[in-house]
Amino acid sequence: MFQDILISGLVNSGVYALLALGFSLIFGVARIVNIAHTAFYMLAAFALYGLLVVAGMPLLLAIPLAVVAVVALSLVCYKLVIEPVRQHESAVLIATIALALIFQESLLVAFGGSFRGIPNAVEGVVSILGVRVSYQRLIVLAVVAVTLVATWYLLNRTRLGLAIRAAANDQEIANLMGINVSRVAMYTVGISVALAAIAGVVVAPVFVVDPLMWLAPLVTMLAIVVLGGLGSLKGSVIGAFIIGYVEAITVFAVPSGSYLKGAVALSIMIVVLLLRPEGLFGVVFEEER
Amino acid sequence: MSRKLLLTAVAALGLVFSQGAWSQNIKIAVLGPMAFVQGENHWAGAEMARDEINKAGGISVGGVKRQIELVKVDTNEIQSVPDATNAIERAITRDKADFLVGGFRSEAVLAMQEVAMDSKKLFLGAGAADAKLCENVTKDYERYKYWFRVTPTKSADLARTIFAVLGAVGAQIRTDLKKETPKVAILGEKAAWTEALVKAAQDNLPKMKMEVVGTWQPSPIATDVTAELSAIKRSGADIVFTIVSGPMGIVLGRQMGELQLPAVAFGINVEAQKDGFWQATAGKGNYVATLDTFSEVETTPKTIPFVKAFKERFKKTPTYNAATYDAIHILQTAIEQTGTIDANKLIPVIEKMEAVGAAGIDTWDKSHDLIWAVGKTSGIAVQWQDGQKVAFWPPQTKGMKPFKMPKH
Repeated sequence: MFQDILISGLVNSGVYALLALGFSLIFGVARIVNIAHTAFYMLAAFALYGLLVVAGMPLLLAIPLAVVAVVALSLVCYKLVIEPVRQHESAVLIATIALALIFQESLLVAFGGSFRGIPNAVEGVVSILGVRVSYQRLIVLAVVAVTLVATWYLLNRTRLGLAIRAAANDQEIANLMGINVSRVAMYTVGISVALAAIAGVVVAPVFVVDPLMWLAPLVTMLAIVVLGGLGSLKGSVIGAFIIGYVEAITVFAVPSGSYLKGAVALSIMIVVLLLRPEGLFGVVFEEER
Repeated sequence: MSRKLLLTAVAALGLVFSQGAWSQNIKIAVLGPMAFVQGENHWAGAEMARDEINKAGGISVGGVKRQIELVKVDTNEIQSVPDATNAIERAITRDKADFLVGGFRSEAVLAMQEVAMDSKKLFLGAGAADAKLCENVTKDYERYKYWFRVTPTKSADLARTIFAVLGAVGAQIRTDLKKETPKVAILGEKAAWTEALVKAAQDNLPKMKMEVVGTWQPSPIATDVTAELSAIKRSGADIVFTIVSGPMGIVLGRQMGELQLPAVAFGINVEAQKDGFWQATAGKGNYVATLDTFSEVETTPKTIPFVKAFKERFKKTPTYNAATYDAIHILQTAIEQTGTIDANKLIPVIEKMEAVGAAGIDTWDKSHDLIWAVGKTSGIAVQWQDGQKVAFWPPQTKGMKPFKMPKH
């Protein structure tokens, strides 16, 4: 059973980590609570479905095209919808909810409410520690690992990363130091949505694609970022692994209560918040002011 | 002045004429979530009936042939119950529908039933299984007598069908695998409609000489069941008894195929009833079996012609919601028999009717619920075999094919 928990928890945690990291990044830098974050994840899955299954494009072309298209759309949305109201947090929140619902309804009109599947990139299964794992899930893990490392490198070893971190630390000081905070915020939106889009295209063959698929991960992602500490990138990744594993343990430990996995994960979040209101790695609210 | 008068007269005549012609039509509102497969089938079934009847001249009402006019009512009931009640209200008050057919989600149909009963409109359900819809008729006949269920059978009867099929699958496992006591894993989504079925399975399967190795109940919106399937694999189950209506049905079929689980999935899997299942599981849903309604088998003499015509026209197999086709034919029979569209006069006729439809042979009890009978209202069981949905139960129905076991 231990091996089962280890393997199933790893894949889900990885996907959660990609989603939570992107959400945290844009919140940390631009203070944007992007409720549409998982809607971009859904759009990427649909873009891949459209390009690969409907248009018959080769997989290696369809994947980058889907990610680029979704990132481009996110930048347009940022310029037209979010930037004009960026200074008003509640307006941004409502605007992103509206965006997510527009995406949902548009997909419903275009594709209908049916569930759709995407073929695996590679077929077959491998036995790891006695647990059968499909190659597609191993691909998910590999892509997640590479993406997380690439994001770390971008943030810690490049000039853009330095600017992003500076803006996340203190926007006014960063502005005074000559950093174009508005542009950095836009780049961050692009990077953040790219992470969501990558998650969308890699999990699309593993899960099902439908216009409501953004809702379930949204709740889990919000729980993870609150657990890890709002705006903390390290916290998001660690929070994702905690929630992912708690879900896996719940399914194996209480089979007839496997529907409770989300509730158990959220309960753990509440317990952590009671003990550390700022989350595991968040900034204490008083300090933030 | 005279020109103005002439124009007014022409306009008035035109209005009278158009209203006269319009009122000749019998208006039937087709209620369903039109952006979803359930609503698509409601509408498609109704279109088939309308075209068939209108082509033959229409419905004879007291010797006068009247055409059927359908009103497409998008209830959006999967996402919002208030949307459904608004939609039915609009169909009755603005569109002036004479009859209502369709409905899918029980909570929404219960709410829509109230609106229909307020307006004393005959409402023939083709989608919701909740027993309460018909219990209302027993409790307050005068108010709820306008409701009849056409498909599916109520939840309790659904269980009778499931256990009948499960008995047949268990017998095949005993023969094929030489296992006297097949092991069954129950995998039901955690929802109100599954509770009674899960409990019944836990109680009945041991009596049917089957061993329950565990019960797994993921959330209805779960999109990943690898953890559950890994646990089921370790339990050594021969049958995965599924009670699912959501996306999990697809993921289950796909992941069982990917993980090469040496078990067969049977039960209720709403997604496996749809033609899109094979594509959605990327071709891995082999051997997944579920209860269903339509297939090219002789459930009734009308079934095969209907399914063939439906497939030719809509390029897909009908789901049980397409029984709006039967609902409209039931209305036609009752109207032609009474020579009126007065609901109060049609009700006693439908109550005594034996309606031979495409989905089955329907008769109703005092609560206006379907009387369950194998081969009549029980529906059928189908299995996915190499990309084809193959009907295998009830075996006495002409056209059934053998149930297949996955390679162990």
